[in-house]
Amino acid sequence: MWRYVLPLAIFVGIAALFGVGLTINPNHVPSALLGKPVPTFSLPSVTDPDDLLSTQTLAGRVSLVNVWGTWCVECRHEHAFLVELARAGLPIYGLNVKDDRAAAIEWLSRLGDPYVTSGFDPDGIAAIEWGVTGAPETFLVGSDGTVLYKHISPLTRGVWERDFLPLLEEHCGPADCPFLAAVGGP
Amino acid sequence: MIPEFGQLALALALCLALVQGTVPIVGAALGRADWMALARPAAAGQFVFVAIAFGALEYAFLNDDFSVLFVAEHSNSALPVFYKATAAWGGHEGSMLLWIAVLAVWTMAVAAGSRSQPQEFASRVLGVLGIVSAGVIAFAFITSNPFTRLIPAPADGNDLNPLLQDPGMIFHPPTLYVGYVGMAVPFAFAVAALLTGRLDKDWARWTRPWTVVAWLFLTVGITLGSWWAYYELGWGGWWFWDPVENSSFMPWLMATALIHSLAVTERRGIFKSWTVLLAIAAFSLSLLGTFLTRAGVLISVHAFASDPTRGLFILGLLAIFSGGSLLLFALRARNFEAEGGFKLVSREAFLLANNILLVVAAGLVLFGTLAPLIVEAIGLGKISVGPPYFNLVFLVPAVPLVALIGVGMHTAWRTMPGDALLRRVRVPAIVAVAIGVVAPFVFFDAASVLTVLAVSIALWVCASSLLDPVRRLVQRTGAPLTRGQVGMCLAHFGVGVFMLGATVTSAYNFERDFAARPGDRIEAGGYEFVFNGVRSVPGPNFVADEGEFELRDEGELLAVLKPQVRVYQVQQQPMTEAAIDSTVLRDVFVALGEPLGDNAWSVRLRVKPLIGLLWLGSGLMALGGLVAVTDRRYRVAVRKTEHATAQPAPGAA
Repeated sequence: MWRYVLPLAIFVGIAALFGVGLTINPNHVPSALLGKPVPTFSLPSVTDPDDLLSTQTLAGRVSLVNVWGTWCVECRHEHAFLVELARAGLPIYGLNVKDDRAAAIEWLSRLGDPYVTSGFDPDGIAAIEWGVTGAPETFLVGSDGTVLYKHISPLTRGVWERDFLPLLEEHCGPADCPFLAAVGGP
Repeated sequence: MIPEFGQLALALALCLALVQGTVPIVGAALGRADWMALARPAAAGQFVFVAIAFGALEYAFLNDDFSVLFVAEHSNSALPVFYKATAAWGGHEGSMLLWIAVLAVWTMAVAAGSRSQPQEFASRVLGVLGIVSAGVIAFAFITSNPFTRLIPAPADGNDLNPLLQDPGMIFHPPTLYVGYVGMAVPFAFAVAALLTGRLDKDWARWTRPWTVVAWLFLTVGITLGSWWAYYELGWGGWWFWDPVENSSFMPWLMATALIHSLAVTERRGIFKSWTVLLAIAAFSLSLLGTFLTRAGVLISVHAFASDPTRGLFILGLLAIFSGGSLLLFALRARNFEAEGGFKLVSREAFLLANNILLVVAAGLVLFGTLAPLIVEAIGLGKISVGPPYFNLVFLVPAVPLVALIGVGMHTAWRTMPGDALLRRVRVPAIVAVAIGVVAPFVFFDAASVLTVLAVSIALWVCASSLLDPVRRLVQRTGAPLTRGQVGMCLAHFGVGVFMLGATVTSAYNFERDFAARPGDRIEAGGYEFVFNGVRSVPGPNFVADEGEFELRDEGELLAVLKPQVRVYQVQQQPMTEAAIDSTVLRDVFVALGEPLGDNAWSVRLRVKPLIGLLWLGSGLMALGGLVAVTDRRYRVAVRKTEHATAQPAPGAA
């Protein structure tokens, strides 16, 4: 008897799993950092070890901090859109995590470099400070240096328009964010 | 106006699908012949309106109607017309419409092919297909409408993803879809059997050819995808175990199990509830696969719920289709009585082993694909499961599975003395192992135990597949092989060929990346490469850097290879177009990397021995399926059908 019911039971288990999966909205994973100042960190740049990316670099203007690595397939997926945003004038900083420097430089020269600076974090130390769970992840950092938003998974145009733009419009006007119109804002 | 007509047609198709999905099934339960007779006209009407909707979308693409959001997102006025037509399935919404269109074609085929079957049964089959169609059309209509307008219309479109601007990508999705969606047919047959409460050998004979046709399209579709990934992604790999590939591979494994289980049910009247279960599982995994690949549900774990409405809808559909049929299974399957038994050494036993191993393989792939989700759901954080897991774990069921083919196909039904079986398979086994041990050392100077084992098994399957056809040709005694038997031998020979290719390619792959300047001569992988530099080549909607390499063997020019790196103008995405020189024995694969400055370019070079056998082996499997469905016993069924249609169908008037 039970063997005829077993397939249904297995299916219900898998369906329940999907149900739970649906409630985990990966685009809205709460970050402990939300609304708090960006963590203290300091990293050498990927392209120039003498150049530093640190907490101070981020102060003073609205920017994106994007976690990436050449090992991350989904990063490849979002890269073109990041380049587009950077071209529009939005400052993007990179956190290059658990990567090989030569590979990272090769990636940037081949696919285009959307980053003002990319911090080189081979051991993922700064990533821990940032509460990074994987790549790609993208933080929106306000001009006062607080984390406004965190997005996990590739940054697509849809995500950008739905989640990032409203926050951007809220936190900066055309005066301090001249790129606003170019990235889809009013 | 045309897109609105398309939308209207889709709405009408939905209405007809609802009629097709309810009235005939209720009619069958009540014994109303007139209600049952509604199944075929409703299916035909649905087909017409789906065709109009698909035509409307194609019209919008071919006429650059960028006021349609889906067209604006996936096409561009500079796109070659061929790609405009195929961009219709270059994104989620259009793919759903393609899915619906393919189902409509399958439904028409079933409507035509089921006239010899009892009306009560055929109308239930068509009814189930109607329910499936209604569910998917509703999904498209509510969450993924391809006809949504974009006002004001942009001046030009966003262009088709350059990855998809390739002939391989044009034929890959439709072929795969014909396979995926085709799994709805055995599913409908299974559910109809559950509804009827009867399942006999005739049922298996009706179901089997549909399953084989769907399976062979799935085989070709997966192969095209693998081939495309091989030359377009520029990494030289052919299988990556990513969720998208897995979700086409799992239904394939299930369908393969189903074909073998159907063979037992057709021949011996046993494995009945198991066969039904496999039919349900194969379709459920196809559904899951379609949505995982195209709906953006599981591009990565991260993207699982990128659109919660879609996700919820899909879950609802799965609950109705899979949950509903499994509930029916729980209530009804015990009515299916086995019509006999079998001994330990018998073809049934080997086919049972085949089924278990295939299901285990599918289960392991499913587990690996869903593991990140499971881990996240129980709050243990995030993990990723990659090729190391799959490569290792898949071999565990796959190696014995292939090894058993060589014995299984020479075993008699019901029972067979062990020593008689041993005598039959002895010669090919000895020959295969002898070659398998010696050949790797002769051709490649080195071999691991696993390589020797895999090569031996592959050769053994090849040899034992040829055993019966060759014996019949040489001895000219006994009954000629049926098409079904020839198809089986061909397909199994294909499995051996595939395994040989996969083993040798993986074990003796030569890889080197290096920097090259114009005029450089590079010795690598037993060949000489002369780099003649890179020039810029314009394309219709891209600009390419094209390298030129002379491939030489001891000075003799074998080929001039011209790999490209293309930058597509709209999306500004660089794409690798590898250049490949193929012969029967090996591929030489050259991909251009990036400029390193000072005229130097990074170059990726691969020599892949016997990789052609992968495509050849898969092709032989599909060809075997094609030969098998033309077997006499299915044609007899068709002839009966023609006979039956000559008379007025009862209740049709």
